[in-house]
Amino acid sequence: MTEATVKSSAAEQRRPLLQRYRTEPGSYDELLGADGRVRPNYETLIRGLEELGPDELKRRAETCRRLVHEQGITYNVYGDPLGMERPWQLDPVPFILGAEEWRKIEAGLIQRAQLLNRIMADCYGPQELIRSSWLPPALVFAQPDFLRPLHGSQPGETCFLHFYAADLARSPDGRWWVISDRTQIPTGTGYTLADRLVTSRILPEAFREGGVRRLAGFYRDAQAMLSELAPRRTDRPRVVLLTPGPFNETYFEQAYLARYLGYSLCEGQDLTVRDDRVFLKTLSGLEPVDVILRRVDDDFCDPLELRNESMLGVPGLVEAVRAGNVTVANALGGGLFQSPAFMAFLPGLCRHVLGEEMKLPSVATWWCGQKSAESYVAEHLDELFVKPAFRSRLRGVDPSAALTAAAREELLRQIRFQPHRWVAQEKVELSAAPSWSGEGLVSRPVALRVYLVATPDGYRVMPGGLARVAPDAGGRFISMQRGGAAKDTWILSDGPVEDVTLLSVAGQEVELRRVGNNLPSRLADNYFWLGRYAERTDATARLLRATLLRFSPESTGHAFPLLEPLLNTLVAQGQLPATEDQPELRTNAEALEAGLLAAIFDPSRAGSLRSLAGQLQRLGMLVRDRSSNDLWRVLRQLDDRLATPTSSLVMLAGDAIGVLNQSLLQLASFHGLARENMTRAQGWRFLDMGGRLERAIYLCSLLNAALHSPEADNPSVLEAVLDVADSSITYRTRYNLMPNMAAVYDLVLLDDTNPRSLLFQFNQLVKHFEKLPRERENALPSAGQRVLIECVTRLRLLDPRPINRLRSRWHESDVGRVLAETLRDLPRLSDAIAVNYFAHSTISRSR
Amino acid sequence: MTYRIVHRTTYDYSEPVTVSHHSARVNPRFTAVQSRSRFSLRISPEPAVRKNRTDYFGNRVCFFAIQEIHSRLEVEAVSVVSMTASTPPALTLSPVWAEVAELFRDPVSPEVVDPYQFCFDSPMVRTAPELADYARESFPAGTPLLVGVAHLNQRIFRDFKYDPVATSVATPLEEVWARRRGVCQDFAHLAIASIRSLGLPARYVSGYLRTHAPPGKERLVGADASHAWFSVYCPSVGWVDFDPTNNLLPAEEHITVAYGRDFSDVSPVSGIITGGGHHDVKVSVDVEPLGEIPEDDDAELREAMDQ
Repeated sequence: MTEATVKSSAAEQRRPLLQRYRTEPGSYDELLGADGRVRPNYETLIRGLEELGPDELKRRAETCRRLVHEQGITYNVYGDPLGMERPWQLDPVPFILGAEEWRKIEAGLIQRAQLLNRIMADCYGPQELIRSSWLPPALVFAQPDFLRPLHGSQPGETCFLHFYAADLARSPDGRWWVISDRTQIPTGTGYTLADRLVTSRILPEAFREGGVRRLAGFYRDAQAMLSELAPRRTDRPRVVLLTPGPFNETYFEQAYLARYLGYSLCEGQDLTVRDDRVFLKTLSGLEPVDVILRRVDDDFCDPLELRNESMLGVPGLVEAVRAGNVTVANALGGGLFQSPAFMAFLPGLCRHVLGEEMKLPSVATWWCGQKSAESYVAEHLDELFVKPAFRSRLRGVDPSAALTAAAREELLRQIRFQPHRWVAQEKVELSAAPSWSGEGLVSRPVALRVYLVATPDGYRVMPGGLARVAPDAGGRFISMQRGGAAKDTWILSDGPVEDVTLLSVAGQEVELRRVGNNLPSRLADNYFWLGRYAERTDATARLLRATLLRFSPESTGHAFPLLEPLLNTLVAQGQLPATEDQPELRTNAEALEAGLLAAIFDPSRAGSLRSLAGQLQRLGMLVRDRSSNDLWRVLRQLDDRLATPTSSLVMLAGDAIGVLNQSLLQLASFHGLARENMTRAQGWRFLDMGGRLERAIYLCSLLNAALHSPEADNPSVLEAVLDVADSSITYRTRYNLMPNMAAVYDLVLLDDTNPRSLLFQFNQLVKHFEKLPRERENALPSAGQRVLIECVTRLRLLDPRPINRLRSRWHESDVGRVLAETLRDLPRLSDAIAVNYFAHSTISRSR
Repeated sequence: MTYRIVHRTTYDYSEPVTVSHHSARVNPRFTAVQSRSRFSLRISPEPAVRKNRTDYFGNRVCFFAIQEIHSRLEVEAVSVVSMTASTPPALTLSPVWAEVAELFRDPVSPEVVDPYQFCFDSPMVRTAPELADYARESFPAGTPLLVGVAHLNQRIFRDFKYDPVATSVATPLEEVWARRRGVCQDFAHLAIASIRSLGLPARYVSGYLRTHAPPGKERLVGADASHAWFSVYCPSVGWVDFDPTNNLLPAEEHITVAYGRDFSDVSPVSGIITGGGHHDVKVSVDVEPLGEIPEDDDAELREAMDQ
């Protein structure tokens, strides 16, 4: 073979884009053929990239990075404190395969999916393959992933493997091999779609001209298949996507897919089993669920019959499956077939079960549960990649490092003790594909994950997939956890490209609806807190801005008493440490300036603006499948702005004011988007209720602090109050005089035309309460309504005028009393809402 | 001998439970030496859903769900079981243990597929080289399988102290091994893990044990407890039971309820509840000997089996 030593031919080397491109000796090169010329499948792309020129290419690569960031495409890394929401690494250069080659891969994978599905049906059914010695008993019975409670649970069912994915690698001779089977939860279809949207946007010319096949058909097939699985005869079966939650590594794509496919994203605690049926807990009661698309590992899906300690599942789910009242996709139990040990038996099983030869080979595999394989592995330990055969706590051997004598001895001892636990595979030499280096193209090892969906007409293969490249040349293992990058995969069409869209099928009658699907209680909870945190962030920014504006490092001692109410509110709300802890904040201008800057930027301070923005973004993530991308983008930008202060420079108070102004504008766009773009459904209602409640808390807290100040009637203090309450202009146009205490307190407390006043917040809350489900079922007001009525009545009866006659002890006035009582009642109101709508009783277990 | 067994489990919850799902494996199996003529299961409050099934290992299991708010759950199983006397297996005539281990080492003929279920690690039983070493002292080369197991059974009885407060149902085997103490469940798990570490099939048996009052005293009603032991597969003989807690081969006084790979397969009453706060569990078992009563007629037997 000359392939191994090929350099790009002289002609290709003159192409500036390929100047740095070197093929890897001993591996197949996806870009350059044996003659050193660009392969036909890459020709359109390379020409397109050359036409763009180096500067434009760099700009596009930058756009790629920005789009990934703005769309919040992330990946969580377990056990890494900084790992939450690691940005997804997307290589802007797509991976490209021609139509002819793809057809072979498709045929091979369809056959493999059929075969695995048949084996699964047998293992969870008659077990004929075990009895007739086609499958060794230990291969099934020794696996923790063989879930016995599922055996015989779906008699007559023929489809278990609804989704299937395979990881492929290309060997130096150009053949494709399956290196792993994903039968549990074939992850990555969401990332693949997100990658496509970004890549086709940054390389629209090449994408159009290249005749790239579209992905949407795959998702449409998936939707149709899932609706078809509903056991209940209904026009609109309810499909939910069961997620392990936001800490899961692929949470992004779960939320993304749920939104794209139009399914509720649920955690186990959102679902409940009653009368052997699965229901979604929503604000207005229990709603039946027909199909569960699961992203929770099967053994975690039901703590009653499967893994008892699971907090992610739904108690009683297995029995509901058995009763035929719900379909889970993939069927519970599918994790069994991810064991690489099966690969050693697939060729024989394929002949026996399907009567065919395998069309696409697996990487050579030896399962030590067989005596002959065990001795082969012991003799060839250094040439093979030895790893656990089943999911377990055992550690595999790092295939790139040579074994030390001691490690070798230990490994052999472990294999001898329980041989069936070990499997060995040939070390795979990955092919290399062009990848963007920042300057030009370089070659990087590549592997490809391909997805299949079971339709009523058989398995269909997504024309594309998730290609992944190693971070450097010569790598043998690619993992997003360890710095790999993803690539969009382009499958070229040799005919016209079909145009598919997911949204609706033309000509189909649609039932018009005004109310969206009922909101799960947990989401209502998240919206409520999103509203609270958005307002908390807003109020904090206003407080900090008002403080900084009234303060300069030259401020002398007498400025401090006037700042007192603002500083006390900041202490009460957790932005500044208590005076006892840091007395110099009240006497030393420099200390105060540092303290205020920390209150904005310090991520380790729980109440700082930076922390609040982080919280806000996390809450935004929890409702992401239900809200617009713009809403999310605004929160992301807010977080970014506060996360990257010009930390290397000395931050001046003036700069900080600029940052606060920008933050407030961002929050204004958040509120604007929420107001203008969200339908007035329950999600919006809880968002707004959270905001109103929080605004009331901050306002009361500020006014309470102001009344306790000995300078409460000082015009500067009153102006600061008006400023923070965003009511200065209104005051000036209405009174045209120096701030007068009674007039100021009337405007910010009692004026129900002022959207910033306390009464206005309560009036809005009353309106929301009237529209909540289950609030009107009883003759008597609910606990929440009671608190509201008390608050509103107190305010309505309040006469603020006598306060002007006081010269001190303002907090003992009627205004002060009402404020104190309202401050006491607000948490009660929040609790009443939580108890009535979000109560997720904890789940416990007994034996 | 015929027994009437009352097995009552009571949960008291500190806070109301809104919904709960349970499974109960308290219905004694039929075996070669044991037949059950009556069985009834009383559950209070009345479950909204109640279904009987046979699980993967052939045990009778009752699934039930309570959907009304409650703060106490009572599950009472009453069974009448007759045991027939049988000849104990001739231990010395069993095949050499190494030959049996070899049989399960590589794919074999279909008729011995079933014991394969019990050769490998299970949720509460993990094989380990130390356990293999421990077991091997009872299995010198050429030892007949059942002789070795009986020896191991005796050693566990001697080496480990019975201590009802040392462990709970969740205590890992490693801790039992390190502290050398535990209860019947732990000793059964330990024996199973040791035997499986040699590559032999062993399973967990849950059941009841008839207790005898001290001489001159009345039998205390309800003072009995659930019991557990283990069973080993011996080719040409079948499954043979051993009780390491009492150092004996179970006979007429061991009543089998269910078997599985370990306790987690046969937990008598388990459940997942929503709400409830803390809970108190009380279990009482009463094994009352009724003497030699002829088996009930077939009709009643069938009725019991259909339940």
